[in-house]
Amino acid sequence: MSAPAPSMFTPAAKAMAEKLGLKMGRANLDEFAATLEGLAKADRNIIAVTSDSRGSGKLAPFGKACPGQIVEVGIAEQNLVGITAGLAASGKKPFGVSPACFLTARSLEQIKNDVCYSDVPAVLVGISAGVSYGALGTTHHSLHDLAVLRAINNLTLIVPADNFESRQAVLTAAKARQPVFIRFGKAAMFDLHPPAAQFVAGTALTVRDGQDVAFIATGETVVHALLAAGHLAERGLNCRVISMHTIKPLDAAAIVKAGRECRAVVTVEEHGVHGGLGEACAAVLMQAGVAKPFRIVGIPDEETVAGAQADIFRHYGLTMEGLSQTALGLLSRP
Amino acid sequence: MTDRELQLKAVQLRKWTLTAIFEAGAGHTGGGLSCLDILNVLYNRILKVTPETFASPHRDRYVQSKGHSVEALYAVLADRGFFPEADLKTIGHYQSRYVGHPTRHVPGIEMNTGALGHGLPICIGMALAAKLDAAPYRVFTLLGDGELAEGSNWEAALAAAHYKLDHLTAIIDHNTLQITGPTREVMSNAPLDEKWRAFGWAVKVIDGHDYAALTAALAQPAEAGKPTCVIANTIKGKGVSFMENVAKWHHGVPSAAELKQALAELDAAAQKLKEAA
Repeated sequence: MSAPAPSMFTPAAKAMAEKLGLKMGRANLDEFAATLEGLAKADRNIIAVTSDSRGSGKLAPFGKACPGQIVEVGIAEQNLVGITAGLAASGKKPFGVSPACFLTARSLEQIKNDVCYSDVPAVLVGISAGVSYGALGTTHHSLHDLAVLRAINNLTLIVPADNFESRQAVLTAAKARQPVFIRFGKAAMFDLHPPAAQFVAGTALTVRDGQDVAFIATGETVVHALLAAGHLAERGLNCRVISMHTIKPLDAAAIVKAGRECRAVVTVEEHGVHGGLGEACAAVLMQAGVAKPFRIVGIPDEETVAGAQADIFRHYGLTMEGLSQTALGLLSRP
Repeated sequence: MTDRELQLKAVQLRKWTLTAIFEAGAGHTGGGLSCLDILNVLYNRILKVTPETFASPHRDRYVQSKGHSVEALYAVLADRGFFPEADLKTIGHYQSRYVGHPTRHVPGIEMNTGALGHGLPICIGMALAAKLDAAPYRVFTLLGDGELAEGSNWEAALAAAHYKLDHLTAIIDHNTLQITGPTREVMSNAPLDEKWRAFGWAVKVIDGHDYAALTAALAQPAEAGKPTCVIANTIKGKGVSFMENVAKWHHGVPSAAELKQALAELDAAAQKLKEAA
C-alpha cells in the first residue's frame, strides 16, 4: 500500500471545517460520473467519449451500465474532440472526457473550431485539472486552461466547487444547446451549499456574506476561502465568500457588488495568475471604476514547485492560513 | 445526368469558381479546380442531400476537410440550389456569410472547417452517430494530400478502421502540390495507398477527373466492415492551361486579363464537349 497523500487541510483547517459544520462529500468527479450515468440511462443520446480515460474519469461504471453509449478513442485527444463535435452535430449529446492538461492544450484547435466555432452542443470535461495530479509534474498540470478557454468565443466555462455544483453543472450542460466545458479536480470535496441553493450558470453563489474582504474563488479553492473567512471571523472580520463557478459568462454584477461593498477583494484559483479568474475580476472592477485593494492568488508564473496537490496549495498560499494572511496584508495596506 | 452533361456543368462551375475568386480578390484557385469534378459528382450523383432535405437527420453528410477550396464548394452548392448564384460575388466581402473557409452560416455546409486535419475526426463522430442510431446515411470528407501531414488524420484513420465505419468515405484530392511545392519534396506521403491499407481501409486509386471512375468509386462503400479511401489523382489548376500543375496558383488570384483568358479557355472546352456530343 502506498503512502497516503498529504492532507489538503491542516489540523486547524479541519477544526474550522468542523466548526463551520461542513460535511465531507465525495470527489466532484465521482458526482459527475454518477450524474452522467443517471442521465444516460434515461436518454440514449447521451454519449461519453474517452481517450483511454474512463478510469481516471470514473466512468468505468458508466461503461458497464451503458456499454452502447461510451466511445473509446484511445490516447488521441485531438480525435476525441473532433469525434465529440461530429457526434454533437448528428443529434447526440456527447461528453468528451479527458485530462484537462491534454484536452485544453493538445486539442485546443479542435475545441476552438470543431466545437465552439461550429457551434455544436458538445460538452467537454477536463478532469484532474489544475494541480490535481500533483507530483506527476507540469506535463500533467493544467494552469493555462481557463486563460485559453476564456479567449475562445462561444463556450460556457464551469468550474464546480462541490458536489452540488458538479451535479448542477452536468445537468445544465446536458440541456445546453451551445458548447460547455466543465473543469473537475479529483479530491473529495466538502459540501458548501444548503439543499435549497439554486444553481444558474453565469450567476455566482454567495457561500458566506460579509463586508470586510471578499474572496472570489472558483472550483476546489472555494472551500479554502470559506475556511479562511471562518478563521478571519475569529479575528473580528466579516468576509464574503463567492463561488464563481462559471468563469464564462462571468457574473460581473456579483464582482462589482463585492468590490463596492467590501474593503478588499482577493481572488482565488487553482490556475496560473495570468488570464484566469483573477485577471477577469480585475478587468471587471477597473471598467466599473471600482478601485479597492485587490490581490490575485493562484499559481505564479514560474515552474510549479514539485509535490502533491496539498504541498502545492500550501506553497502558494491556497490554504486557510495562506489566504487569511493575504487578506490581512491587504487590509493593513496604507 | 450523363457524364457529358456533368462535364459541361463542370466547365460552368469552374468559371463560377474563378470569377468568384477574382471578385473576392482572394481565394484558393488551384485546389478548387483540382477537386471540382469530385464535388460535382458527389453533389449531383452520390450525396442524398438537397436544400429541402438538409435538415433531415438521415441526409448524407459531406464535410470539406480541405476547407480552403471553398469557392468550388460554394459554386457547386449554388448550382444545386442551396443559395442563389449571385451570392458567389459576395465571398469574402464585409459582413458576408460567405467566408473564405466553410461555415455553417452558409446553407449546405455541415461544419466549420479550414484548419487542416479536422474533417476526418468530425466525420467519424458523424458516422458513429449513424451507427448508434442504425441510420442509413453515409458520411464523406475531402482531404488534401498536403493536409495528410497533419497527425490528427492518422489518429482518425486508426479509429475509423477500429470502428469498422464502412459508411465513411475519405476522398484524397491527390494533386501532388502544396503551397511550397511538390508534396513529395515538402513532406512525402508515398506510398499513399499502402499507408491507408495498412491502417485498415479499403483503398481505390482513380483518376479524379474521370466521371465514370469517380461515380464507380463513390457510389457504394468499397468493402464491408472497412472505411473507404478514394485516392483521386488530380491536376492542380485543372482546366486552365497556365494554372495546371503550377504551385503558385495554390492561392493565386487571376488578374482581369488572366481571368479573361481562363474563361475563354473554358468556353472553348465547353464548345468542344458540345461538338463531340
